[in-house]
Amino acid sequence: MKKKLCGLLFTALLTMAVLGGCADGTGESSGDNSSVVGIQQDIDSLDPHLATAAGTKEILFNIFEGLVKSDENGNLIGAVASDYTISEDGLVYTFTLRENVKFHNGNVVTAEDVKYSLERASGLLDGTALISTLGTDKGGITSVDILDEKTVQVTVGSANTELIYSFVAAIIPAGSGEEEGADPVGTGPFSFVSYTPQVGIVVKKNPDYWQEGLPYLDEVNFKIVGSAETALMELQGGTIDIYPYLTDSQAQALKSGNTHQVIASPSNVVQALFLNNAVEPLDNVLVRQAILYALDKDQINDFVGGGTGSLIGSAMLPTLADYYKDLNNVYGTGANVEKAKELLTEAGYPNGFDLVIDIPSNYEFHMQTGEVIVEQLKAVGINASINAVEWNTWLNDIYNGRQYTATISGVTCDQTPGYMLNRFETTSSKNFINYSNAEYDEVYRKAQAALDLNEKAGYYKQLQQLLVDDAATAFIMVPGNMTAISNRLAGYKFYPIYVQDMSTVYVVE
Amino acid sequence: MMPNTPSLKWNKYFLAGLIMTGLAVLLGLLGFFWTPYSPTAMSAERFSSPTLSHLFGTDNFGRDIFSRVMQGMGTTILISTLVVLISAFIGILLGALTGYFGGIIDELVMRFTDALNGFPSILLALVVISVLGNGRQNLILSLGIVFTPSYVRIVRSEYMRLRDADYIKRARLMGVGRLRILFVHILPNILPVFWVSVMIGLNNAILAESGMSYLGIGVQPPDASLGNMLSDAQGYLQSAPWYALAPGLTIVWIVLGFSLFSEGIRRLGE
Repeated sequence: MKKKLCGLLFTALLTMAVLGGCADGTGESSGDNSSVVGIQQDIDSLDPHLATAAGTKEILFNIFEGLVKSDENGNLIGAVASDYTISEDGLVYTFTLRENVKFHNGNVVTAEDVKYSLERASGLLDGTALISTLGTDKGGITSVDILDEKTVQVTVGSANTELIYSFVAAIIPAGSGEEEGADPVGTGPFSFVSYTPQVGIVVKKNPDYWQEGLPYLDEVNFKIVGSAETALMELQGGTIDIYPYLTDSQAQALKSGNTHQVIASPSNVVQALFLNNAVEPLDNVLVRQAILYALDKDQINDFVGGGTGSLIGSAMLPTLADYYKDLNNVYGTGANVEKAKELLTEAGYPNGFDLVIDIPSNYEFHMQTGEVIVEQLKAVGINASINAVEWNTWLNDIYNGRQYTATISGVTCDQTPGYMLNRFETTSSKNFINYSNAEYDEVYRKAQAALDLNEKAGYYKQLQQLLVDDAATAFIMVPGNMTAISNRLAGYKFYPIYVQDMSTVYVVE
Repeated sequence: MMPNTPSLKWNKYFLAGLIMTGLAVLLGLLGFFWTPYSPTAMSAERFSSPTLSHLFGTDNFGRDIFSRVMQGMGTTILISTLVVLISAFIGILLGALTGYFGGIIDELVMRFTDALNGFPSILLALVVISVLGNGRQNLILSLGIVFTPSYVRIVRSEYMRLRDADYIKRARLMGVGRLRILFVHILPNILPVFWVSVMIGLNNAILAESGMSYLGIGVQPPDASLGNMLSDAQGYLQSAPWYALAPGLTIVWIVLGFSLFSEGIRRLGE
């Protein structure tokens, strides 16, 4: 009798739990409504305008929103602004703010906040542009005017069809610039809870989010996973649910376990052996060309990428089909040892030279690529060696400090084709390979000014050609992304840009 | 039989140790000059399981694992030997001085070694590496520093035991110089104890070197060391178990060999 009663009670409880779960219409169970996402590196800044690392931006995407934001198809949708118009001449942008968008601190976003954020990002506030494309000195924002409570008018220095993509720059509360780095407040689907260096960042559901019903999860923990090996173990052990950077072998191992979905998607990362154009002997174009001839990209793709990458010859994603120019055949995708040796002799290095390649050690993919490249360079007489560096050291000394000869890494290409090419303008702060070509700068300026898309595409193709002619850097491939998602989760969306959108993810178990 | 002559008794520990260590050292030394394939040469024959042409199979880049194990063994043994040489040399020097003379120097050196002992050895080596920078030489130097205190202690206690022995007192009375007493009269008498600690030290150094290169410190890829091979192989445990087994079992082989060898030496001395 007692047993029966217990059973009945249990059933009742279970029913309640299930019904309770259904009540909010998300299909989630009453279990642990949170998820853990494995990330590869530490955060460089919590301030959305100061963050430069792609690995930081992918997380901040959940906390901050701009006037507009990208959707999973790469198109822009209104975020803080519900609508916008651009004047005929491309110089005046008028944004209509969405009703009742609230910051995480509970305040409604006002035109003042928008004005402050844009002025801060563009350098109108204190002279330094935090987001270079919006910078006043780069033809970006020259003034921000509040027309009425819900309308903001932005005037820009020069017409640029791609500038609208820069308005994804985060909107933050007016005057909060100093505090954002410690206590970030935005309008995104998740609000900031805590950040522990070397451990990770925790965010929780923003109940006031303007998109009805989103997000589903109560809490998301972005956990820094030290190395690729631990990632696999953590996935298998269930301590992380989502990991977007699997290597080929890990994907194979996970597939056999049946606990995770492994989904391949093209990434938007351009992987390259970056060559410092200002350092001997790489300042010699013949040497750089020799290196390009020496590389066997097919082998790299097979050995390291499991054949999932798309080989590239220049700085453009093949997925941006209108702007992409296939330049793989210039130096070939296989190795041309004869030609490379010939060029080295001509450059005055008949016996090759020593080359140190710095590689961020947390990226297994780049480290393995390095091992293959060292071997390939050996075949033409270049005595290359690998120097594994910490991610922060890489960011400080190599990317920002430009103290290196060669490095293997990936740079993300946002959805605008110009973003990647901007990097190689002589004066660009992102030009860490020290590439300098007056013709390139000239064509780049023309491309930015062009309002006709065909004309613009023509210039962009010309720029890609210039990079290849100068052998500016050894572009390798756009690696395929392999993402592992635990079977207890669903709703993960793939973006053509480098973000982890957790707002649509829900628990199915 | 000559009952009063101390005879070396060959024992099975010594023999087994000698054979195992000898084989490892020979293969390692050979690895510096010749390997079946180039240890870094890649080929399309990836993840081949052990066959006659590739004794230990091939790895994720199609490199011959046997050749890499040979190279790795050589590197590991060379590094550990140098580490032990450095630390044993400093150990004898400091241990002899402090143990024989005592006093303020003894006090200072001992407190310093206490301080060094206070840190976990791998952590200490990591700190030294982070100050000096990564690389083979610096790994040798840092492990050398880390392993020194144990030798200082052993040598010091032996010198303290022997400094008041009758034959040393007589030597002093006869006016024998201090250096001669230290290194000609006492040193040979501590060797049996010292050799055993050197062998144990070698074992620890091999494990430490493998541990450090597993963490990506010291030998840099694509050069092979047993530790970094293990770390590379970790991702392929399920798909290519031989990749991890080869360097793993090799470490076990070397360490076991040295252990048996040192046990054998100890018994020889008895």
